[in-house]
Order: sequence, then structure tokens, then C-alpha cells
Amino acid sequence: MAKSIEVTDLDIYYGDFLAVEGVSMRIPARSVTALIGPSGCGKSSFLRSLNRMHEVVPGARVRGTVAVDGQSLYDAAVDPVEVRRQIGMVFQRPNPFPTMSIYHNVLAGMRLNNRRIPRAEADDVVERSLRGANLWEEVKDRLNKPGKDLSGGQQQRLCIARAIAVRPQVLLMDEPCSALDPISTSAIEALIDELRRDYTIVIVTHNMQQAARVSQDTAFFNLAAAGGPGRLVEMNPTRQVFASPDNPDTEAYVSGRFG
Amino acid sequence: MIDVALEPVQPHFARLVVAEGRLPRWAPALTAVVSLAAAGLAGLGLGWSPVAVVAGAAALHAVGVPAWSAVVENGRAAVDRLATSLVWVALAVALVPLVSLIRQVVALGAHQIDGEFLTWSMRNVVGSGGGIYHAVVGTVLITLATTAISVPVGLLAAIYLVEYGGGSRTASTLRFMVDVMTGIPSIVAGLFAYAVFALVLGPGIHLGIGGSVALSLLMVPIVVRSAEEMLRLVPVELREASYALGVPKWRTVVRVVLPAARAGILTGVTLAIARVVGETAPLLIIAGATDSVNTNLFGGQMESLPVFIYYSYTQPGLHPQYAQGHAWGAALVLITIVVLLNLAARTLGRLLALRVNRRR
Repeated sequence: MAKSIEVTDLDIYYGDFLAVEGVSMRIPARSVTALIGPSGCGKSSFLRSLNRMHEVVPGARVRGTVAVDGQSLYDAAVDPVEVRRQIGMVFQRPNPFPTMSIYHNVLAGMRLNNRRIPRAEADDVVERSLRGANLWEEVKDRLNKPGKDLSGGQQQRLCIARAIAVRPQVLLMDEPCSALDPISTSAIEALIDELRRDYTIVIVTHNMQQAARVSQDTAFFNLAAAGGPGRLVEMNPTRQVFASPDNPDTEAYVSGRFG
Repeated sequence: MIDVALEPVQPHFARLVVAEGRLPRWAPALTAVVSLAAAGLAGLGLGWSPVAVVAGAAALHAVGVPAWSAVVENGRAAVDRLATSLVWVALAVALVPLVSLIRQVVALGAHQIDGEFLTWSMRNVVGSGGGIYHAVVGTVLITLATTAISVPVGLLAAIYLVEYGGGSRTASTLRFMVDVMTGIPSIVAGLFAYAVFALVLGPGIHLGIGGSVALSLLMVPIVVRSAEEMLRLVPVELREASYALGVPKWRTVVRVVLPAARAGILTGVTLAIARVVGETAPLLIIAGATDSVNTNLFGGQMESLPVFIYYSYTQPGLHPQYAQGHAWGAALVLITIVVLLNLAARTLGRLLALRVNRRR
């Protein structure tokens, strides 16, 4: 079910402001692609344009094409809601629904879309998703407790369970570990490595060690100039980006000389 | 050679122990007692009223404690004592009207309230006896109808302002109009409702539902503003989490945003009800007044508690001592209703804030 993503000449605007310019890349299926770069270089905007989440911001629009398995996401006939059902997202800060129990948080994608599912099937989905997010053993005895009662790392894994419960084709992660401690971070990284077998994963991270640990490919974004739009500088297999990058700016960034 | 002129280092750390004395903990209390005694003595001699005695005591206290402190402690402590005294005096002044109002209403109204007072109307009652049942029924029905009109309109308007309007010109115009509506005098709302119903049904019309329409004009802006504040408090992250699951916007509003804000919205609605339940002027004009029970919002005049109080006191008829007693009794009932609504708002807010969907 995992799909590859083909991005061609993508420009992202907020109103008149050009935030990201001319990005073309191919994100392979069943693999982890990391987006790295300094703050404000447009990697989060780029990530959000992959499931049309950036449209939530008034005035945001894109030019260029994003195609999943040859199907353009920005075709006039495509419903953004349908796109988001197939391309899931995990955010920087864990955001379980505060009015729902752990059980209902996992099922939120189905229940909020009014999909009626039999009780037995719902139980299966909850167990499968929580096991998939490595959270089942910790919460199986308190599924009816509020999702907000969990620790930050558990909440983030709950959000991942919620995202994979609807069986998306692609999973986008926007700095999923930046609000977590090292132990929770390593739990999530192990999970990302497992999820790679079934999903296409794109992850934005500020932590270069993390990019090196979890990803197969790495894309380095940078600002063209101060105040200018963000650009894709280089995309290569992760090992190459960290050992012998093509671009001197990439080398300066990954070796810690700036950023 | 480096030659930098350094500030001379202080030989030792400044003393932290204050050498001056401290007033004992009971000093303000003692000053209060002494001030009260002094003012009382002066009052006896000069024939002051109790209010003047208390005011004089407060003034003496406000001067006495800082003066004592200035002698024993230091200047900064004296200013601190003065500010503390002023804050206490301001609090007392603010509480005086509230306490005296409640004392007066309870003193004059409590003995009126009995079974007959709460269950009889004033139909064919002259002099003693009778009750306010007809006014309670009218107030409850008119307020329920007002809530039924105002809550959907106000809540949907607030949802438009927060979720759909954004910073658009329409939204800011609407927000401005709502602010203006908050300041509409209630008598104007009554006249407006009367004019509307008179146009359609002919002049001289009196209807309970007309009162609800007039009160809605006052209640809608309160509901809009309180619901708007509550919806704004719902974090953007929750909406994004819902969108990212492929949930359409309207369903996100209904299933995620509204539940997260429900406690605050319900509290706001209850307080808005408490605000309009005591309105008099619009009901005088459009709902009319009667001595009989009328349960039909769409036919005939309808009594309400505020209007009953107004007429019982201003036009007491042949036996003013009974009618004015009725007015105080009804006032106590009205205040009790408002207090209960406020308590309900607090309890409801707390209960709903804690409740999570625990059903599996």
C-alpha cells in the first residue's frame, strides 16, 4: 500500500510571500526520507504541502505538481480531505483529543468521519494500531482513560497510532521527537524503523544524528539568501549526505559549521 | 600595563537584618479596635449616625497604622501599610451596597414566602393573600423561549467568527455590530420587538413571545462574545490533528472544537440567562402584565417577576402594605433564581471540564 511521491518544480506561497521555490524530488516508497535544514528554510511548509495541510493557513497556495503514484494531488478535481485520508500526519507537539479516551483517540479517524464499524472490528483496529505504535503493552489495561493522562512520549505514540489506524499510504512527521526526552525519542525512532516496512515516511528533523539514524535518504533545504525563499540544496542517500555530500553548503551544515 | 580603574569592592556584604523594630502581628487589629472606640465616643458626643462612625473609624485606621509604622518601622513599611489599609477600605466600600441590598431583600421578603405565595396567582385577590405563581410561570417560559432563540443564533454566529470569518471584512463588521448590540438599552430592544409585532399583528399587541424576541436582542451578543472567546481557546493543534485524519471542516467543528469548548460555552450561556432574567423594561412594553396564569407564549398578556415587582410597588392599589410585601417577596425569589443560575454555571463548567468520553 505504500506509494512513492514525485514532486516537480514546487513553489509554495503564503499570500504574496514566496516561502519555498523550485523543489523537485522523488520520495521512494517503503523508505524513510529525512528533511533537514536551518529554521525557516521551508521544510515544514514543504512537508505540509505533501498532504495539502498548508491550505489550513489562509492565503497559502502552491505552484508545481505533487504526484502520488502518478496521481496529482493538486488536480482541480481532487478533494483535499480525501488526500489527507490517505496521507497521514504526526505533529511536533503531541495533540491527542482531550475529550476522548485512549481507545477513542485511536478510532478518531474513523469515528469523526462517521464510519460505522462493528465493536469487534473496532477492538481489532485499536489493538493493531497501538501494537503498531509500540504502545499496546503500556496502555492495554487503561484504554478508557483520557489520552491526556499519558506521558509526552506515550501521547506522541498515541498520535502515531491514531494516524496509522486509518491505514494511510504515506506518513508525514513534523519534528515528532522535538518535544520528547531521549528515551521516548529512541522508542519513536525504533518505531519509525519498523513502520518503514509498510509505509512511505517523510520526517522533518532538526536533529542531524536522528536523520542519520532513521533515514535512507536525506534532503537538505537552505535559504537562498536572508529573507529569500527556501530551496532544496541536495538530496542523496543519507550515508552519502553525511559522508561526502555533493554541495559544500551541505557539508558545512551537517558538520556543524553553521545552523 | 593594563590600567583599569575598578570600582572599589565593598568590604563586606550589606547587612540583611533590619535594625528597626517590626510592628507586632496584631498591630492592625488593635488599631482597628482603638479607631472604632474613638470614633464611637466622638459619635456619641456629636450625635453621628452609625455609618459616619464606621467611616470615621476607617479613616482613623487608615491614618493610624501607617503613622505607627512610620515611627517604629521605616518609611517604605509605612507606605506598604497605607496601601494595604486603602485596599481593605476599598473592598469594604464595594461590599457595602451588595450586603445591604441582600440584607434588605431578605429582611422584607423572607417572611412573605410560603406555599400560597409560590403556588397562587393574583387573580381576584384584593388585599392579603395571593401569590406570584403567574409571574414565575411567565418568567420561566419567556426565558426558556429567549434561550431557545439566542443560543442557536449566538453559537452559530460565534462559530462563523472564529472558524470561517477569520480576519475578513464581514467578520470584523459583524464583531463590531455585536459589540454595539451589547450596549443597546433594553427599553430600545422592547420598543423594537413591539414595533415588529405591531406591524404584523396590529397595534396594542401583547405577547409573551414578543418579550422573548426583545430579550434575545440583549442575550445574543452576550452568547456570541462568550462563545467566541471559548472557541478561540481551543488549540489550533486539535483542529490540525482532525484535518490530518481527513475529517472535513464542518465535522471538525462539530465533533472536535465544540466538545473541547463545551464547558465554557455552557457557562457563558447560563450567565447570559442570569443577565436577562431580571430585565423589566422590554417586558413592560411587549409582554404586558396580568393577574392570571398564562402558559401560552403566543396569546395574551404574560406576567413576569420583574414586571410584577414594578407594578406591585408603583401601583399597589387599595392595600399598599400587602402589595409592597409581595414586591419584596418576588424580589427575593428573583435574586434566588439568579444566584442558583450562577451556581449552576460554575458546577456545570467544572463537571464538564473534568468529563471525558469514557465509554468504550
